[in-house]
Amino acid sequence: MPIQVLMPALSPTMEKGNLAKWLKKEGETIKSGDVIAEIETDKATMEVEATDEGTLGKILIPEGTADVAVNTPIATILADGESADDLAKAPAPAQQQKAAESAPPAAAKTEAPAPKAAPAPQAVAEPDPEVPAGTEMITQTIREALRDAMAEEMRRDPDVFVMGEEVAEYQGAYKVTQGLLQEFGAKRVIDTPITEHGFAGVGVGAAMTGLKPIVEFMTFNFAMQAIDQIINSAAKTLYMSGGQMGCSIVFRGPNGAAARVAAQHSQDYSAWYSNVPGLKVVAPFSAADYKGLLKAAIRDPNPVIFLENEVLYGHTGEVPKLDDFIIPIGKARIARSGSHVTIVSWSNGMTYALKAADELAKEGIEAEVIDLRTLRPMDTETIINSVKKTGRAVTVEEGWAQSGVGAEIAARIMEHAFDYLDAPVARVSGKDVPMPYAANLEKLALPSAAEVVEAAKAVCYR
Amino acid sequence: MAAPKKAAASTPQDKTDGGSPPEFTREQELKALRDMLLIRRFEEKAGQLYGMGAIGGFCHLYIGQEAVVVGMQMALKQGDQVITGYRDHGHMLATGMDANGVMAELTGRRGGYSKGKGGSMHMFSKEKHFYGGHGIVGAQVSLGTGLAFANNYRGNGNISVTYFGDGAANQGQVYESFNMAELWKLPVIYVIENNRYAMGTSVSRASAQQDFSKRGASFNIPGKQIDGMDVRAVKAAGEEAAAWCRAGKGPFILEMQTYRYRGHSMSDPAKYRTREEVEKVRHDQDPIEQVRNRLLAAKVSEADLKAIDAEVRDIVNASADFAQHDPEPDAAELWTDIYR
Repeated sequence: MPIQVLMPALSPTMEKGNLAKWLKKEGETIKSGDVIAEIETDKATMEVEATDEGTLGKILIPEGTADVAVNTPIATILADGESADDLAKAPAPAQQQKAAESAPPAAAKTEAPAPKAAPAPQAVAEPDPEVPAGTEMITQTIREALRDAMAEEMRRDPDVFVMGEEVAEYQGAYKVTQGLLQEFGAKRVIDTPITEHGFAGVGVGAAMTGLKPIVEFMTFNFAMQAIDQIINSAAKTLYMSGGQMGCSIVFRGPNGAAARVAAQHSQDYSAWYSNVPGLKVVAPFSAADYKGLLKAAIRDPNPVIFLENEVLYGHTGEVPKLDDFIIPIGKARIARSGSHVTIVSWSNGMTYALKAADELAKEGIEAEVIDLRTLRPMDTETIINSVKKTGRAVTVEEGWAQSGVGAEIAARIMEHAFDYLDAPVARVSGKDVPMPYAANLEKLALPSAAEVVEAAKAVCYR
Repeated sequence: MAAPKKAAASTPQDKTDGGSPPEFTREQELKALRDMLLIRRFEEKAGQLYGMGAIGGFCHLYIGQEAVVVGMQMALKQGDQVITGYRDHGHMLATGMDANGVMAELTGRRGGYSKGKGGSMHMFSKEKHFYGGHGIVGAQVSLGTGLAFANNYRGNGNISVTYFGDGAANQGQVYESFNMAELWKLPVIYVIENNRYAMGTSVSRASAQQDFSKRGASFNIPGKQIDGMDVRAVKAAGEEAAAWCRAGKGPFILEMQTYRYRGHSMSDPAKYRTREEVEKVRHDQDPIEQVRNRLLAAKVSEADLKAIDAEVRDIVNASADFAQHDPEPDAAELWTDIYR
């Protein structure tokens, strides 16, 4: 029976990809291990190897086809003695799961799963006050917005450089630093050994002399190795030196849950870093905010923790086409206005918050959604003003609830708007467990729009 | 619990190749004597003030190790950076930082280098290129490597002198730093001050490789063991290492074999070694006495040496006086210098 070759998943988060090129023609003999096609994800071109032997029967997806979903049959292989007439007997894709799994990419790296090609974030209802009306917008991915922010700041200031694992020749484990080596050279785009504690310290030492490093962690999970340098050296030096010596440095990289990478690679450090005086902590959601806030972070004379989200890297958004687009650190944004309940979130938590607001609107509940954008210093005023209007609040975060950012927000609301509250503040958070691997369990461990809807209704007594 | 094993009376040994180090001129001898005496008298005074309760927290004295920083400083150029751990008073005085400012920081006063907010272990001076003063054992090694990275980035011809002890030499980030420093040929001298004890643990009880000059061997970093009690040997080694770094050849390791006379900190009863061991080093190898004896042999008068003593005592007494009378920081200082 002819064997179907399925569109392979080349990383944990990949849902679709482009069929760039067929390297074998119909009728050609194929041996196991032959490279038969090239697949393009949004970060790399990968080779697909055959795992079966025979003859390439029929190419089902021509080269140049974009957005081919994972598990779509892309070709058939005929075994010895089979002919094109047997093609009709090919089994349905559902029974051929194994074929896709057994076609591993030649260059796949488990450390750096590709982001999923997910739909663009929910349309944001409120215009950004930082962007002048009538500004021309360009559509780009968050990955590109981050790259442009770094490139612009590196052009502007020769003291800015970027260092980290695979940032230069590999072009970034998540392709965020793509092209920087080519433009700025190896002096300013520096591949480090796998040595987080060491290179974080090297970055801080360089920053103490006045250079402005951008230190990329492949993910913030690995920054646990470096957290002593981040907190004890970067955050405290200005104070310990009586103001003589500080440290203008950005630590950036993906934070929080990706997809199916389990406990050690899926943790949200929002609460950890936002606990520390001396650090600024930024965690944007929209492409424009990613760009404007990263530029602000690089210029900031203090150490800034810039928490990105891998799931969002491939998302596209509108970014103002301005020569120097800066979003000030420390200002939240009302992403959607409403009068019945305030929902406060940041980073990927906004995905659930905005989806929930859409659902709630269908039931007549108008939610005001605040995108915090910066966790430290926290824009308490925007939260409090909203709660004074709505009298109800729900916080949404992917991290754990205990000592979480939601707990902090709830405390501030209690301190500053207790008399305005019509219901206790509700928290939606990641469940109090290490991140499980199984798809169903992982989904249960993360917050969901449904949980946000439920919490919002509860505080509205609906 | 069994009493900790006393280490065999292991004392610093002269491992310098080819016998005696190059002689100092009379001026160099006098300067070395004066700078080492300043550190010793300053530290003795700090110990006294600690006993009186004027200095709080931890206070790690440098007495016995003076030749290391004084000799190294004589090998440096303007703009070279110095960074060390928590036993840092000697390093600060050697870089030329003001005794009043250091002592006032020890007493937590507003005239201290960090306005009283850093204390003994956390002091800095941009002007003197002193980058701390770090309380986390080994952290200064990555930071010092970063200072060298910055020199390399700017191409300014300066080097970073990164001091750490035999205890810190067992931290992981030291080797992460060694690897990057050699990989990128960074101008950094790693000065390992081997004073034989990491707090109460002797080198033999903590280190599989006790020859610290070899600790960079797997990264191809050259290293030398130096008699850290002889300021001339230290200076000569410092010059050799500095020339290596400035020539773009990368890092260099100097193991300075030295000894601390006092406990790890003021609260350490030092039960892990014998009184005889300490006395023997003081008697046979004291870095200050070595210089004094050479000067006397060279017919410098007792009166001239007494004049140096008196000058140093005046500086130290004045610093103690300042540090006890300078006001504490203003309460508003609590909230400054958190962000720029």
